[in-house]
Order: sequence, then C-alpha cells, then structure tokens
Amino acid sequence: MAALVESLPWAALLILLPLGGGLICFLLPGMARLLGLLTVFAAALSVVGLGWQLHTVGVYRHLPGGWGAPLGIEWHADGLSLLMLAATALVGIAVSVYATAYFERQQAVRFWPLWLLLLAALNALFLSADIFNLYVTLEMMGLASVALAALAGGGDALGSAMRYLLATLLGSLLYLLGVALLYHGFGSVDIATLAARLTPSPAVWAALGLITAGLALKTALFPLHFWLPPAHAAAPAPVSALLSALVVKASFYILLRLWLELFGDHAAGVDALLAVLGALAVLWGSVQALRQSRLKLLVAYSTVAQIGYLFLAFPLGMAAGVVAWNGMAFLVLSHALAKAAMFLSAGNLLRFGGHDRIADLDRVAQRLPLTTAAFAVAGVSIMGLPPSGGFIGKWLLLQAALAQGRWDLAAIMLLGGLLAAAYVFKVLGHAFTQAPVAHAPRAVPAGMEWTALLLALAALLLGFFAAPVLSLIGIGDAFGSPAVGS
Amino acid sequence: MNWDPWIPVLVVASSLLPGLIIFGLAEQRVRLRTVLNLAGSVVKLALVAWMLWGVYNGHHYEARITLLPDLELVLRAGPLALLFVALSSLLWMVTTVYAIGYLEGSPHRGRFFGFFSLCVTATVGVALAGNLITFLLFYELLTLATYPLIVHRGTEVARRAGHTYLAYTIFGGVLLLLGTVWLYSLTGTLEFTPRGFMAGVDAAQRPALVIIFALLIAGLGVKAALVPLHGWLPQAMVAPAPVSALLHAVAVVKAGAFGIVRVVYDVFGVEFAAGLGVMAPLAVVAAFTVIYGSLRALYQDDLKRRLAFSTVSQVSYITLGVAIAGPIATIGGVVHLVHQGLMKITLFFCAGNLAETLGIHKVSEMNGVGRRMPWTMAAFTVGAFGMIGAPPVAGFISKWYLGQGALQAGQDWVVLVLAGSSLLNAAYFLPILHAAWFRAPPERWPEERDFGRKETAWALLLPPLLTAAIALGVGLLASLPFSPLAWAELIAAREFYLP
Repeated sequence: MAALVESLPWAALLILLPLGGGLICFLLPGMARLLGLLTVFAAALSVVGLGWQLHTVGVYRHLPGGWGAPLGIEWHADGLSLLMLAATALVGIAVSVYATAYFERQQAVRFWPLWLLLLAALNALFLSADIFNLYVTLEMMGLASVALAALAGGGDALGSAMRYLLATLLGSLLYLLGVALLYHGFGSVDIATLAARLTPSPAVWAALGLITAGLALKTALFPLHFWLPPAHAAAPAPVSALLSALVVKASFYILLRLWLELFGDHAAGVDALLAVLGALAVLWGSVQALRQSRLKLLVAYSTVAQIGYLFLAFPLGMAAGVVAWNGMAFLVLSHALAKAAMFLSAGNLLRFGGHDRIADLDRVAQRLPLTTAAFAVAGVSIMGLPPSGGFIGKWLLLQAALAQGRWDLAAIMLLGGLLAAAYVFKVLGHAFTQAPVAHAPRAVPAGMEWTALLLALAALLLGFFAAPVLSLIGIGDAFGSPAVGS
Repeated sequence: MNWDPWIPVLVVASSLLPGLIIFGLAEQRVRLRTVLNLAGSVVKLALVAWMLWGVYNGHHYEARITLLPDLELVLRAGPLALLFVALSSLLWMVTTVYAIGYLEGSPHRGRFFGFFSLCVTATVGVALAGNLITFLLFYELLTLATYPLIVHRGTEVARRAGHTYLAYTIFGGVLLLLGTVWLYSLTGTLEFTPRGFMAGVDAAQRPALVIIFALLIAGLGVKAALVPLHGWLPQAMVAPAPVSALLHAVAVVKAGAFGIVRVVYDVFGVEFAAGLGVMAPLAVVAAFTVIYGSLRALYQDDLKRRLAFSTVSQVSYITLGVAIAGPIATIGGVVHLVHQGLMKITLFFCAGNLAETLGIHKVSEMNGVGRRMPWTMAAFTVGAFGMIGAPPVAGFISKWYLGQGALQAGQDWVVLVLAGSSLLNAAYFLPILHAAWFRAPPERWPEERDFGRKETAWALLLPPLLTAAIALGVGLLASLPFSPLAWAELIAAREFYLP
C-alpha cells in the first residue's frame, strides 16, 4: 500500500483530474455540481498523496513523455509547492461545498467548469519548473479568474471584471517579455538551467524588472492594486474567496520562486524597493479597509494590506534566509484560509440581510452566530493574534526583523496588526449592536455557515501545528538550508 | 501512567469545554447551561485544591506542547500560579451563581455564559503560563473574550465602550508582543525562571533590556490600569454587573498585575531589575496611580464608576509591593492580589444588587438603603472597610505588609503614600456608609422590584455575603496555613527569594 502511494503519479492527477472534470462539467451541465465536488475532493486527495510521496521519497521531479529539460516540460514539487497545493486544496474544498449551496442552477453550470479550469491552472502552476510553462498556467489562471469574476453579471461586475482583465493581461504580457529576454539571452526556459547560466547583464536586469513588475501587478502590490478591490468585491462570494485566497498568491508564488532560484543574486536593492511597496501596501490597504462602509470592500482592501506583509519578507529573507521565508510561507497559508473564510462569511451576511452595509449589520452576532464567529476567528488570524497561523507567521517575521535590526519593518508589521484589529472590530462592533433600521432576514443554508467557520478554525488551529507544517515546507530546502538562518 | 502533566491542562479545559458546549446550546436550555457551568467550576476547584496540596508538598505539575521548533507552550502550576488560579476558580463559581440570578429573563444569556467561561479559561491560562509566549497567548485571548461581554447590551454606548477597551488593550498587546519578540531575540528563551533568565545576557544589551522592560510593563500596565493607561476601565462599566465584578476583581486587571509580578520576578529577576534601575520608576508610577485613582474616585457620583476608580488605585498596590523590591513588601503585594479580588468583587456584587433591586446607580441615591437592604449593605460595609484597610478585614493585612516592607527596604515615602491613600479611601467610602446606614430613606426608590419578604433574590444576595465572609475570614485567620498570606509567604520563600 505504502509503495503504491509512493509510486502513483499524484502530480499528473493534480492537473489532469480538474482539467478533465472541468470539460465533463461543461459537457454535462446537469451533473456539474456532483462531478465538480467529486473532482475537487479527488484533487485534494492527490495533494495528500503527493505530500506523502514528498515526505517519504523527497523532492519530486517528473518528465511527461520522457522529454526532460531543455526540450520538454518538467514538473517539480518541493515543500513550497506542497504548501501552495495544500492551501489550494483546503480552500478549494471549502469553497466548493459552499458553492453547492450558494449558486442557483443557472449560475452553477457556468461556475463549475470555470472553477475546475482555474484549479487545474493553479495546480499546474505550482508544479511547473520552467518559466514558459509558468506563463501558460498564469494566463490560463488569469482568464479563468476574469470569467469567474464576471459571473454575477450586471454593470458593476462587468465593469470591474473588464478592468481586472486588462490588468491581468498587461501583467502576463510584461512577464512574457521578461521570459523572452531570458530565453533569448541564455537559451533555456528551465529554471534550474537558467540559474546555472545566468550572468549579470542588462538583459537580466531588464527581465527582472519586467517580470517583477508584471507579477506585482497580478499580485496587486501597492500601487498596482487598483483593480483588486472592485473585482473581488463585485464577484460572487465563493469567487471572491478563490481570487483573494489563491489567485493573487499564485502570481506571488512565481515571483518568490524566481527570486529564490534566479534573481536573488542579481537584484541588489530591488528587494528593498519591494519591501517599501509592501510597507505602503500594509498601511494604505489597512487604512482604506478601515474607511469602507461596505463589508466586501473592507475585506478586499484587507487583502491589499495582507499582500504587503508578504513583500516585507524579501529583504529579510534575502539576508537571513529561512526564518523570514518561513514566516512569509505561514502568512501565505493562513491568509488563504482566513481570507477565504472572511469572504464566505461576508457572502452569508449579504444573503442574510440583503446588503453588506457594515453599520446596518444589526445584531448578526445573535441572529447569525456561526457566520459571525467565522468572521471573528478569521479576524484573529488576520490581526495576527495568538494562537493562529497569522500569529506564527508574524512572530517569525518579527523575529527576523529584530535579529537584523530592521526596526522600520517591525514597526510596520505591528502597526498593520493594530489597523487590522481596528477594521475587524469595526465590523464586530456593529455585529453586536442594534441598528436603527431593521431588515427582514433571509435564511442562510447551514452548509454555507459551517464551511466559513471551519475554514476560519483551520486558520486558527494552524497556529498549533507550526512545527510539522514547517517541516513539510522545508522539504527540498526551497528557502535554503536552515543552518543559514540560525 | 503519570497524570500530573494533565492536571493543569484539565484546569484550563474545565472552563473551556463548558464554554464551547454552551455556545452550541439553544438559548432556552437554561438548566443544562447552569449544570455545565457549575459542574465546570466544581471540577476546576477540586483540581486546584488537589494541586495546592501537591505543590505544598513539593510536587510539580507541568504540561508542554511544541509551538515552534524551539518554542513551547507551557502550563506549569507553581505556588504563584496557584494563588491566582485558586482565586479565579473560586470567584468564577461565585460569580456564575450571581450572574444566573442577575441575568434571569434577559436575552442572549447563552452567548454571555459562553464568553464568560472563555474569560475564566484565559485567566487561568494566564496564571498557569510557564513562559512568556504562553502568557501572551492567554493574555490576548482574555482581551478577545471580554470584548463581547462589554458590548453585551448591544447599545451604541456599549459599542463605544468596547472600542475604547480594544483601543487600549490591543495596543497594550502589541507592546507586549514587541517586548517579547525582542527579549527572545536577545536571550533565546522565554521560560519563566525563579530570579529571571537574564544571567547570560551581554552587559552591552542593558539599555535594550531597559526598553524591553518598559515595553512589557506598559503592555501589562494597560490591563493593570496603571495611570495613564487606565482610561478604558471606567468606561467598561457599561457592562452588566457580573462582568464588572469579573473584570475588576479577577480577570482583566489581575491578569495585568499578575503579569507585572511575573516579569519582575521570573523574567528579569528582582535583583537584576533593581540593578537596571527600573524599579524606582515603576514604584513611582504605581504610587502615583494609587493616589490618582483615589482622588478621581472621590468625585464620582455613579457608584460603579467610583468603584472603578477605586480599582485603579487598589490594583496598583500589587505593583507597588512588587516595585519596592523587598521580600515583605512583595508578600504584601502578592497577597493583595487575592485580598483586593475578594473585597472588590463584594462591592461590585452589592452595587449590582442595588441597581437590580432598587434601581440605584448613584451614590447620591443611597440614603437609608441600609434599612431596605441590610444584608447587602452589611457585605458592602465589610468590603469598604477592607479597602480602607481597617483591621481585621483582609485589606489591613495587605497594607500592613506593604508598609512594613517599605520600611524594611528603606523606602519610607511609600508609607506616606499608603497613609494618604487610606485617608482618601475613607473619604470616598465612609460617606457612602454614613448615608446608607444613618440617613433617612427616600419615600420611594428609583425603580423598585418586589422580592416578597427577602430584600432581593437569593442568587444575588448569597454571593456577596460569601465573598465578604471570606474577605473577613482571610484577614482574621491570616496566620493559619493555606491562608492567602501564608501562601504568599511560601511563594516568596520558594520562588522569589531563594535561600
């Protein structure tokens, strides 16, 4: 049995299952819901299988068709890929269960094929080992996301989806230009081969600039975040959750991967710039979140802020290695879980009251306790209070910042936590308070409440399992060997 | 199998589990909820009694789980931890009874008792925390769990008070977090150690250590209501009376004061801290708070606000005792943790009774209330005399040891502070007592409820009588073993001043 688990091509299943499932859902709309759920669960099982494989055998490499680099495609999975795949699987399951209750039949038949296509793109992206393959998956992901964001229909959704489309296309275009430069200069798109061949030259710097800018746009790093809040707020709740939790993380993952393996040695100073933008994102996003009067916009701006934290890790990680990167990885995972939970509970509140005006939440703490609890528990992780995944991530980042005497970054992290508390409790305060105008509520299915709550609890419990999670992330030493950090 | 490590875990779980189950119960399951609450508090008290006996005989109770590769969550029951745990467990049980009576028929009781149990869980966790990170975890949990209790009534005033509370406490939490991470980056450990864990720190880091001390104390000072970080406390009075009792007597302010004791003795070590020169400023801040709180209390007509400022003042006795940095003063400070809790909770129960039975919220409405509610006012009188420091109530013991300790440590000025504070305490409590017992009652009370031949409901009357009796008892019987005083002496001998 164990041998079987170790030998199955889990990575291939991770891509082919959702791709095939998506096609069948498209062809058989009547079965879309059932098939979609099954596919998502099967893909999640494959992540477990892949994790087992990595745990026992070590880093996974696969050459489809037997063609290796530099000619063929190569799939590659280490602890960092596993982290992203696991986040995708967890959020994916929750969102899928939620979606079965959320969507009317008419929207469901469009949602499932697109979501499974997105899932295939995400999984493929996290398994890719060459920069062109990354481009293909990035583009696939972008198109699927835009279509999902437009799913709600109506002027608002279409307008913001159009803006989103332009941003994402521009981002991929910049990325592709960078890839072309690298391929032209060094004759390969395989990351490992490129890493060996790269020499400092204007072409490399140009490629670095283009790729970083393109990916920063797709990750919505301040000041390139303009497209995110309207798009994430106007999308249906399950889609918002996917976009905020996973899609922005995927482009961030590419950026991180390329920095770790390609650009790290050639980019003195750029990491500092990324951290400055990250710091501005934390402050700007949080202040904007605090100023919103609509719940979904508040949550979306919170994503802008939380993305900023990830970029604070760049100078710290470049200098100190493992501790800072580990903190960042923890933030990626816990933010994915917590933010998805927040969007799902915002969706519940929207359905319950027919609006998402924060000031009119009107005692939802009593009337919709599970959803309020989900929002609050997710908020604990977003604020970075113990015990939560967000706390562990922030603790590690703070530790790295203080060890290097980066007081400025430490101050930003703490200030961001304060602001996050302010906007989370702005919502919770109104959730306990009687509003001047009462609304007739609409019932919310239990499944929608529980998925939000379970996701939030997962983000919380993550804080208690930091050691095993960190040891899984450490497979393959994507962040360098631990000795460097301590 | 060795069950010892499980006992601290069970002590925490004995209020956590009932709380979580209560969240899941329907609002009308009153009886099951009551049974769960009381069963949890009985189990907790029994476990604490078991550990008290064990620790007295030299046992250790310690549980650890790994948090990060080189950082653990630790629950450890030492003498100091048990003092606070015992206080919290006892007062949890009493307050639960009181809250059941107080909230009878009011909405959202399930939610109330759920968060109430979470508060106690956090408090017990704060007490049992064996290192600074565990302490931080429960300290923040306490912030979060008390918030819904403060905004419980769901009014706009309550929402504002809740925001003020959070603005203070979350900010304090951030300072505490920064101090903790910084300390960890210097020392590589956070484990509470008798006489501190500063031995290995480079002398060049002393300025950094001074700042870390200030950060930690400021973070804790928010909950301990050290001036100028006390602003949230009077505002939080908007909460229902059992919450005020819990916030002021046990959970929140004590968590802050207890943390200060921990930081001074088990993180820095009192000699090391004195060597850093940080104890004198701490003593000054504490003394200032003692006087300032009393002065402000003088001018409050709202009874609960007067009690709140009295808390600001009284809790700082604990900090003051610690900051004097001598063994006897420390005993006075630590024992005041228990004594102040017993006396203040009595006073808040009584204030709640007056509000609930007669609609009295203001000191100026209390004329002649002693004739209408003699038992309640008797308990109130015991608490008030305790606060003033009149023998034989428990407060006298605290003040006596504080004064003795200050003289022994050569800090005579503290005696003046104590005397001044006692005068002020008398000035804001004696007029209340005089009005209540000797003035003629008004023709009708603001909002009287009829309880037949009793002065008020049993569930409201028995808790203050019990706590008043205990406050009197621990003062009279202070020299017996297992009295709070004897236990504080044991703490000082075992944990603070090793032979």
